Amino acid sequence: MIDSALFLAICAMSTSLFASLLSPCIGRFPALQRLSVSLLLAVSGALAMAAGLFGLNSSEAVITLPIGLPWLPMHLHLDALSAFFMLTIGVLLLPVGIYSVGYLKEIVAKNGSIQQMGLFLPLFALGMQGVVLADDAYTFMVFWEIMSLASYFLVTFEHEDEATRKAGFLYLLMAHLAGLLILGAFSVLYAAAGDFSFVAMRNAELSPGMATAAFLLAAFGFGMKAGVVPLHVWLPDAHSAAPSNASALMSGIMLKVAIFGFIRLIWDLVGMHEFVWWWGALVLAAGSSSAITGILMALQQHDLKRLLAYSSVENVGIILIGLGLAMTFAASGHPLIAVLGMIAALYHTINHALFKGMLFMGAGAVMHATGSRDMESMGGLIHRMPVTAVFVLIACISISGLPPFNGFVSEWLTFQTALLTPHLENTLLAALIPFSASMLALAGALAAVCFVKLFGIVFQGQARSTAAAEAHEVDGWMKAGMAIPALFCLLLGVLPTLFIPLIESVPQMLIHTSLSGSVQPENWLWLTPVNADRASYAAPMMLFGMLIFAALIYWRLHGRGKRILRGPVWSCGHAQLNPRMQYTSTSFSQPLKRIFSGAYLPEVHEGTRYGTHPLVVRTVVYAVYIGDLFYRRLYLPIGRITQIIADRVAHEHERGMHAYLAYIFSTILLLLLWVVQ
Amino acid sequence: MSISITLWVLNLVQAALMVLAAPLLAGIIQKCKARLQNRRGAPILQPYRNLLKLFRKETLLAENASWIFRTTPYVLFTTTALAASVVPVFLVDLPSALIADVIAMAALLALARFWLALAGMDIGTAFGGMGASREMTFSALAEPAMLMSMFVMSLGAHSTNLSTMVEHALHLEHLLPSVAFALAALLMVAIAENGRIPIDNPSTHLELTMIHEAMILEYSGRHLALIEWASQIKLLLFATLIISLFVPWGIAESAEVWPVLTALVFWFGKVVLLAVALAVLETGLVKVRLFQVPEYLSTAFVLAFLGMLVHYILEVGA
Repeated sequence: MIDSALFLAICAMSTSLFASLLSPCIGRFPALQRLSVSLLLAVSGALAMAAGLFGLNSSEAVITLPIGLPWLPMHLHLDALSAFFMLTIGVLLLPVGIYSVGYLKEIVAKNGSIQQMGLFLPLFALGMQGVVLADDAYTFMVFWEIMSLASYFLVTFEHEDEATRKAGFLYLLMAHLAGLLILGAFSVLYAAAGDFSFVAMRNAELSPGMATAAFLLAAFGFGMKAGVVPLHVWLPDAHSAAPSNASALMSGIMLKVAIFGFIRLIWDLVGMHEFVWWWGALVLAAGSSSAITGILMALQQHDLKRLLAYSSVENVGIILIGLGLAMTFAASGHPLIAVLGMIAALYHTINHALFKGMLFMGAGAVMHATGSRDMESMGGLIHRMPVTAVFVLIACISISGLPPFNGFVSEWLTFQTALLTPHLENTLLAALIPFSASMLALAGALAAVCFVKLFGIVFQGQARSTAAAEAHEVDGWMKAGMAIPALFCLLLGVLPTLFIPLIESVPQMLIHTSLSGSVQPENWLWLTPVNADRASYAAPMMLFGMLIFAALIYWRLHGRGKRILRGPVWSCGHAQLNPRMQYTSTSFSQPLKRIFSGAYLPEVHEGTRYGTHPLVVRTVVYAVYIGDLFYRRLYLPIGRITQIIADRVAHEHERGMHAYLAYIFSTILLLLLWVVQ
Repeated sequence: MSISITLWVLNLVQAALMVLAAPLLAGIIQKCKARLQNRRGAPILQPYRNLLKLFRKETLLAENASWIFRTTPYVLFTTTALAASVVPVFLVDLPSALIADVIAMAALLALARFWLALAGMDIGTAFGGMGASREMTFSALAEPAMLMSMFVMSLGAHSTNLSTMVEHALHLEHLLPSVAFALAALLMVAIAENGRIPIDNPSTHLELTMIHEAMILEYSGRHLALIEWASQIKLLLFATLIISLFVPWGIAESAEVWPVLTALVFWFGKVVLLAVALAVLETGLVKVRLFQVPEYLSTAFVLAFLGMLVHYILEVGA
């Protein structure tokens, strides 16, 4: 008898597979294709959600499917960890599916067909669901590659554009480098276990050297896929090039699947007992640098989707700070604090899936309405798209880590974990933990700046272009797609005490410690990690307090019977204000550009053209370009060095026939020498 | 978690006190400043009269103001008042401190600022955007410094609950180096967050250097009154926070009549002292250039970070 949660999960996968197989067959009827693919995705998401919810409460279930290599059938299983990530996948796949019904209509109108999207979007979902369920390294890698390749075709959906093709190539390159490293990590485990199945790997004895090798390979491989600084350079290009529903999934879930892979490999397969102190320190340092770099880069973007993509780098950083704290404490023998850190990381994982998915959907709605990704040409959309504005605002408040929404809960838990730090013998760690906490605080505050800018420039003020002035609200499907995560953001923000016991089975499985009686929330009102003296946060009461206060003020201080007068904007006596006088996205973040100029290294191009006389100025050109620091300072030099070496080697090819004979002769000689020895 | 009715009532009294006494603090500061500048100055109760006047006046909105602009004064006042009601004023044991700890309090203030900045961007005037940009930029540097200095205190107290933190501070036997760092950082942040000299000048309008006032230029009538009142509450909140965390002597540990009354007197005296100090500071100093503010705030941040480092390395094991 197959377990019900696992059955639901397999149903979710089958639905995805069916959607992608069905799509090419009905390609001649775009409307039907659009509707069926999107709704099947939503169904798959709902099934994944149900599987996750049931799976978190039930024990591990295993199934072996007779597909795959003859001697290696496909092993699937659903434990607490996979259930949690199934839930994360489902919780975003459902709204994105619904959203796609409306979103794809415009793409059909523009491109004539959605063949590529109809095939690869469900396949992409299938890949992610498969990775999460895999129970052997082979299955894991197969689904991993399905996920990577399908998302490549989603990134290059608008392949007419050269920048998109370039972004796609960079993405493919780095995805495969990541795949290679992950394969390396599994090879190390295979060498110890002698079998591809996760059960064998879990039980295998690893030497410290092998464990370290596996950790490093996994950290770099999964880190590359998750977009950890400095391995993130593919991410902003790829996420902004993909259609919005695909970038919502890529940013919202695919990065999380990489986090899942890391947790699976390091916490589950290698195991906590192998941890060395510097593993946690490395993850913590990577998380802190990602959080800061990501948000600093996001602040300087004026391309809406690039901004969101860089903000994903920041949020992956926050997740890694939680995870790094958990690893540090697990290695130093404080399992209880490790549990808290793990919960903080997982909570932020699902939070980020929700609000980033919502923001990308909102960005898609805005692009749909204005036809542009450039924030500098938007403005005033709150009047034209009131419903979208509300959802994007909720997402902006959530992602800025402000109460009463969900982002605050996970940041609060991360801070609590950092503050629980006991006496650590290691001075480096004792300095690194407060440093990460301060970086988290700074990143959170900068995120608020970034999202005030996003909302203020895009939705408020006056329209900066005719397209923005004539924008129209999106249809009901797209609104519904954004409404679902908005609701979850509020629920997870107000009722963390109902959700944390649910996800607690994950750290229970990995750390074998539970927050037990003293730590369990006393009741649904109070969130009290450790104990009530230590710290507590009662989100429902806070929300209640806010409402009471607001009602009181409204009742006492709101002037009754007095009409509010509307008048023209005060213009300092200037005859006519125009939208060009507003602050722009660039000017909004100019102070930060100046303060952090050391991190941005902006390239300024200035030039003045004079007329006939040096006092007559014809034109003044001023352009500032802020590229990705790591791309310019790390990747381009590597590329250049590779090019130089390749050029040198190329010279060797230009010799005549005799040189090649000499090469062959010396190769044979070397081989013979090697064989003889 | 059994909390007596008396404590809740005292808690409400405290919250009401914070809200109602806030304009008085503004009046005292104004009076002191006037005296220091050889002026007679407006009466101490003038801020109340100003608020009353604004509440009576009619409210004018710009043509393209959205609902965000209209709700901002209410959100601002609500969140600030809620934040003020979790800080121990005259009684250590505060039931509402359980609802929101110090991180949540800082987040409430951040939420208020978030809305205010959005309101600044709402009309689409250059001033509003400028104010929003500067306010958010500087608060992005000030907020981590504030959180860090709070963390130093909460690390010592093993709690982020403000009641527990105050209790811990009350029983500190000697001044710890980390506490000194935290105090210095918090004082600097308090000046910046409340837009006082040398960071921002609360009494100027229409200067290109202004920060806070630029965002609220378009407000009038009761909306303006709520915003002004909220910023007065915020000032009192910071003053009380500094007093309760760093010089809590005299604060009542039990909910009895006599200790509570003496604690009230102590609190009032300390707030007045802080007000005088602020007035002296504002009279003696000039506003710094805008781009020197980040240096000021990074100093605060570094001080708080040093405090945390000192705590982790020197004090945790000891």
